[in-house]
Amino acid sequence: MADALLEVRDLKVHFPVTRGALLQRVVGQVKAVDGVSFTVRPGEVLGLVGESGCGKTTVARSILKLVAPTSGQILFDGTDIWAMNKAEEAGLRRRMQAIFQDPYSSLNPRMKIREIVGEPFVIHESSIGRQEIDRRVRDLLDLCGLPGRIADRYPHEMSGGQRQRVGIARALALKPDLIVCDEAVSALDVSIQAQIINLLVDLKDELGLTYVFIGHDLSVVKHICDRVAVMYLGRIAEFAGSDTLFGQPLHPYTRALLDAVPVPDPAVEASTEHQVLSGEIPSPVNPPSGCVFHPRCPIAVEGCRTDVPPLQEERAGHFAACSQVRFETPTASPPSIHSPPMP
Amino acid sequence: MMSELAESNRAVVDDAPPRSRWLPWRKQLLRDKKALFGLIVLAVLTLTAILAPLIAPYDPNAMDFMMMEGPSLAHPLGVDDLGRDLLSRLIHGSRISLFVGFSTVALALIAGVALGVIAGYFGGIADTIIMRYIDLQWAFPNFIIAVYLVAVFGTGLANVIVAVSLAFVDDFARIARGMVLTIKQEQYVDAARTLGASHNRIMWRHILPNATAPIIVQATVSVSYAILAEAGLSFLGLGVEADTPTWGLILADGRSFISRAWWIGVFPGLFIMITVLSINFLGDAMRDVLDVREVKAD
Ligand SMILES: Nc1ncnc2c1ncn2[C@@H]1O[C@H](COP(=O)(O)OP(=O)(O)OP(=O)(O)O)[C@@H](O)[C@H]1O
Ligand code: SF4
Ligand SMILES: [Mg+2]
Repeated sequence: MADALLEVRDLKVHFPVTRGALLQRVVGQVKAVDGVSFTVRPGEVLGLVGESGCGKTTVARSILKLVAPTSGQILFDGTDIWAMNKAEEAGLRRRMQAIFQDPYSSLNPRMKIREIVGEPFVIHESSIGRQEIDRRVRDLLDLCGLPGRIADRYPHEMSGGQRQRVGIARALALKPDLIVCDEAVSALDVSIQAQIINLLVDLKDELGLTYVFIGHDLSVVKHICDRVAVMYLGRIAEFAGSDTLFGQPLHPYTRALLDAVPVPDPAVEASTEHQVLSGEIPSPVNPPSGCVFHPRCPIAVEGCRTDVPPLQEERAGHFAACSQVRFETPTASPPSIHSPPMP
Repeated sequence: MMSELAESNRAVVDDAPPRSRWLPWRKQLLRDKKALFGLIVLAVLTLTAILAPLIAPYDPNAMDFMMMEGPSLAHPLGVDDLGRDLLSRLIHGSRISLFVGFSTVALALIAGVALGVIAGYFGGIADTIIMRYIDLQWAFPNFIIAVYLVAVFGTGLANVIVAVSLAFVDDFARIARGMVLTIKQEQYVDAARTLGASHNRIMWRHILPNATAPIIVQATVSVSYAILAEAGLSFLGLGVEADTPTWGLILADGRSFISRAWWIGVFPGLFIMITVLSINFLGDAMRDVLDVREVKAD
């Protein structure tokens, strides 16, 4: 058996941009994901972070077999998910589940909670009968901290936090190995975020789950993830263990992201000079040449315009896609970010 | 390993559930005066249609010795050129009008929604083929299409129903497709796919139930157009057999006698108008209550 539960190999997802109402012409490609590779080990929580539009959701949707890759492969337990037959696909659907971002859109408003959480059984184990399904639904609701009486409610009769718990219960129904959480808590109030995060952590320990955890709240990602990939414009900029990435970031983009996070201590916060990333994120239709980060990079050099930096292992288990990687002792704001490019 | 802290995370110390936003739409409907008027008229009409033989004072085809008598106590709406009681004929006519109105819309709805959902859901070639046809049909007014189809199929009740339903298919297909294109993006559809739900399950269990509001509104409006279409076809002599009492046929008859016997033409016209008006009131109220904006299907 492969030692990776999930392997993403050089994934590219390009969406055609069309013009014209009647005769649609393809005028370009949105390079939503443009060459992403990573592995997810059994039992770990892999984080995927980056600014809005960098392709996180598209990676998640490709993993979930909801959007076809333009090129590259996604292997689940060693098998290419896009080369599966019907039976293999049914098996895949049981073993890989998702928790979605928007608790107001992820539950069908016309179905009762009982039907929503019971649907996985109706699809995959239709022989077990109504009563058994109802019993399992109650167990799942209980596992997710919801009272059984909620089963007869409709989603709009529940709060955001409760709805997200329902989404989690549905994802757990078939006892999956991998759960992809795309911004699973971003839409919730902060106090409820903490509850849901703790629930996810508990469930992982109890049920031996593996998560791909997508988020843009770095403190949450730092808290829950074992390893983290930082994405920028459809590529991975940096990839490392959570502690390393947050403690000793190598890529200037990661540093800027971390620098933009307010420090909890007000005294430190007041003395910190935030280096907000200058400029807009370039369009994924026309990504910059060379290193895609160069128009915004504070330490870019001439060569960055032309040469694409490969994602290299700079030290054990720590990958970065930057030609100017420097090892420095991390400080609140690394001086290199503020200083002009070295000749 | 469950710590006490973790256990407490399981408890639902949660934000308050929002108040239900859109449940009692039927109640709201009854609060709208126009809708209430429409509902009552339709209920009365439906009842008279069902109970026509019991309610109608005369046999609709029985001829009296007096012809073209104006409204009187014995014949509240007068008698026609062959001495038949107009009220009885109109009451029996409501059967055909309502039956054609509802059955054609039911058929058009089933066919149109099926086509629209399939086109919107699968996209690609299925969408192109279905929408080419729908766009072609869209280019012609429904009534012209119905006239053309009756000319092809021949007259008679069954043919009228088929022709009128086919003429209305495109409206439903466009609305359904537009809704599907939006609903397809919802995360619960992704969730269903992730669970391994079949296309059929996703289309009919997840997407369609969420697309009903504008379809209901369109159906209501279409019933009135279908009733008009049947009347129009009968008026042109393209509807049901000549002696059947239908509103359209009676109206057509009355046309020849409008100067001598105004009631023969005016009363069927009034029946048609009131029915169509009631249904449209209902449709408008439904649009408000169900919060349906015009669906742009492009
Ligand atoms: N179906 C699609 N068709 C065309 N373009 C798309 C499609 N899906 C995503 N994109 C584009 O691909 C890029 C990446 O989108 P994606 O949703 O993956 O980003 P994201 O990192 O998840 O952002 P966010 O944090 O806002 O969720 C965006 O520019 C987006 O507009
Ligand atoms: S390769 Fe150049 S532009 Fe890209 S991140 Fe490194 S220094 Fe900046
Ligand atoms: Mg996203």
